[in-house]
Amino acid sequence: MAAFKKVLLKNMDKRGYTGLLKEYEKAGGYQAIRTVLGKMKPDDLIDVVKRSGLRGRGGAGFPTGVKWGFIPKDHPGPKYLCCNADESEPGTFKDRQLMERDPHQMIEGIILASYAVGAKTSYIYIRGEFILGAKILNRALAEAYKAGYLGTNILGSGTDLDVYVHRGAGAYICGEETALLESLEGKRGKPRSKPPFPAIFGLYGKPTVINNVETLANIPHIVNRGPEWFMSIGSPPKSPGTRVFSLSGHISRPGNYEVPMGITMREMLEDYGGGMRDGKKLKAIIPGGASAAFLTPEHLDVKLDFEGIAEAGSMLGSGAITFMNEDTCMVWAAERLLEFFHHESCGKCTPCREGSMWLLQIMHRMEAGQGRHEDLDLLLRLCGNIAGQTVCAFGDAEVAPITSTLKHFRHEYEAHIQEGCCPFRGKPSELVGTGTSHQH
Amino acid sequence: MFSAEAKKKIPEILKRYPIKASAMLPLLNLAQEEEGWVSEEHMCEIAKLLDLTPPKVYEVATFYTMLNLKPIGKFHLQVCKSLMCALVGSDTLIQWVDQELGITPGETTEDGMFTLSAVECLASCGTGPMMQMNDDYFERLTLERFRTVIADLRSTGECELATGPFRWPDPEVTT
Ligand SMILES: Cc1cc2nc3c(=O)[nH]c(=O)nc-3n(C[C@H](O)[C@H](O)[C@H](O)COP(=O)(O)O)c2cc1C
Ligand code: FES
Repeated sequence: MAAFKKVLLKNMDKRGYTGLLKEYEKAGGYQAIRTVLGKMKPDDLIDVVKRSGLRGRGGAGFPTGVKWGFIPKDHPGPKYLCCNADESEPGTFKDRQLMERDPHQMIEGIILASYAVGAKTSYIYIRGEFILGAKILNRALAEAYKAGYLGTNILGSGTDLDVYVHRGAGAYICGEETALLESLEGKRGKPRSKPPFPAIFGLYGKPTVINNVETLANIPHIVNRGPEWFMSIGSPPKSPGTRVFSLSGHISRPGNYEVPMGITMREMLEDYGGGMRDGKKLKAIIPGGASAAFLTPEHLDVKLDFEGIAEAGSMLGSGAITFMNEDTCMVWAAERLLEFFHHESCGKCTPCREGSMWLLQIMHRMEAGQGRHEDLDLLLRLCGNIAGQTVCAFGDAEVAPITSTLKHFRHEYEAHIQEGCCPFRGKPSELVGTGTSHQH
Repeated sequence: MFSAEAKKKIPEILKRYPIKASAMLPLLNLAQEEEGWVSEEHMCEIAKLLDLTPPKVYEVATFYTMLNLKPIGKFHLQVCKSLMCALVGSDTLIQWVDQELGITPGETTEDGMFTLSAVECLASCGTGPMMQMNDDYFERLTLERFRTVIADLRSTGECELATGPFRWPDPEVTT
């Protein structure tokens, strides 16, 4: 591990690096588009990305090159590329850093991806709250246009590309790729039923690729250093490359850490997160953002890659890992997540819309100590009627906190029912925060 | 109504998209930038610009939580209450707001200066407790830092504790 060198966060580690164009160029930026544009066939670029084994960093982990390959070659166009910068999965805050500290790395990735799929227009859908992020991206795009990396006939290669920043306005669901497209078309952000998939019927009904910020930021490096290099780091063959993990919760050093995939959860917690804070014991881990099932200290030796976390019964998701200490009430934690899902359900599918309300009501009374034994089965039955019954993966996500806490911490639910109150006197909400304890 | 200055931005916004309706969120956001909220007049004007009916604009506007359809205080404090922030004290932060300003989520101070909202995850889960105030993020809040923010907003309307280009951990920040 000592030999590991950061890839995506490398530039910003340099003292004084602000992400301006000249700094990015000095660090070797915009070489990849020189290698590719007009010199390499788009299909060959798709092949390079396929061979690298890169999988999407937005949540689902779909192989990026394969996704690009679904775009019909004979389609007259227009075709679109959308960069998913919605970063709305609770626990996740890596794209924000990638965009605000090294925007050109992602923009170069957008240029390459657009070239591969034949898109002449690309939209960066950024969550509305990232006002600073949108400003930084717009400044970077202006620099790139001026340098001839965007616009018509880029670097004399005959390639054209326009990139626009499109701000959302507050809606978790717009991170789901088809809801994102609906929102971009000026509608309520409600997911579409699939098929047809966006590669066939995407933005304005045209072939469209949607990729996460971090996914795209990897592309220039794969071009510069080759797919074999990428395949050699991380946890090949299925989870090659690095991942920027966002660590949060009761740990000494929360934050973003780029590591090769395949290190263990324990290494992540101890070597990067600085271990648990205040000498407390670890109780639970959410390994992939709010949509991922809870894990326990028994899972500290699982590998942080797509398969390792899936085998443990959860998912790597957006790469957000939350650690909770022994004082944390699991019923309270699941209730808090349910509040989120209830608030964010877009309302399109009945099981999700009505189910989230119902689940939340039960969780409220459970946490208040007014739960009944029958509620435990009722919760599971409800969850079973939501998961897999909705147009998008939101339904599966909203039940994960409940089914997984019931699986690993059923005794805490029972204690609430038996004692008629929450047995955790000191609720974690009374502890304050990273502000007081985070010191270097 | 859009100000003369905002109107100047509209043609450039419309040019970005092959269909007009795509300018919906950019125009709603532009409207909100003017006075902190989106009025019915604004929505009617947007409908005209996009060849849509006003209810269509209203339908979209009501979907997105950032859009305020009523006037709000000059400084909009939005405290993230989602789990990761709650683990490190966001409920306490909400109490501090009540202590210092006498408002709970959904309320505005009598002088119209501060509105408090409790919101869902804002993507600063490693640097909680935190809040967004208008365009800015304030993170790793302690009672002391929170009081500084409020005092600065009252006196100058801004506060230098606002987060710049985000990076955490940041070796250049030691407090
Ligand atoms: C409810 C929901 C929310 C999502 N939120 C995000 C998000 O904020 N950012 C993101 O990149 N992907 C998000 N996704 C995943 C996207 O649908 C999509 O898989 C991803 O953007 C594809 O890019 P990738 O292949 O590069 O990962 C979300 C999915 C669901 C079901
Ligand atoms: S949970 Fe508060 S910012 Fe993410």
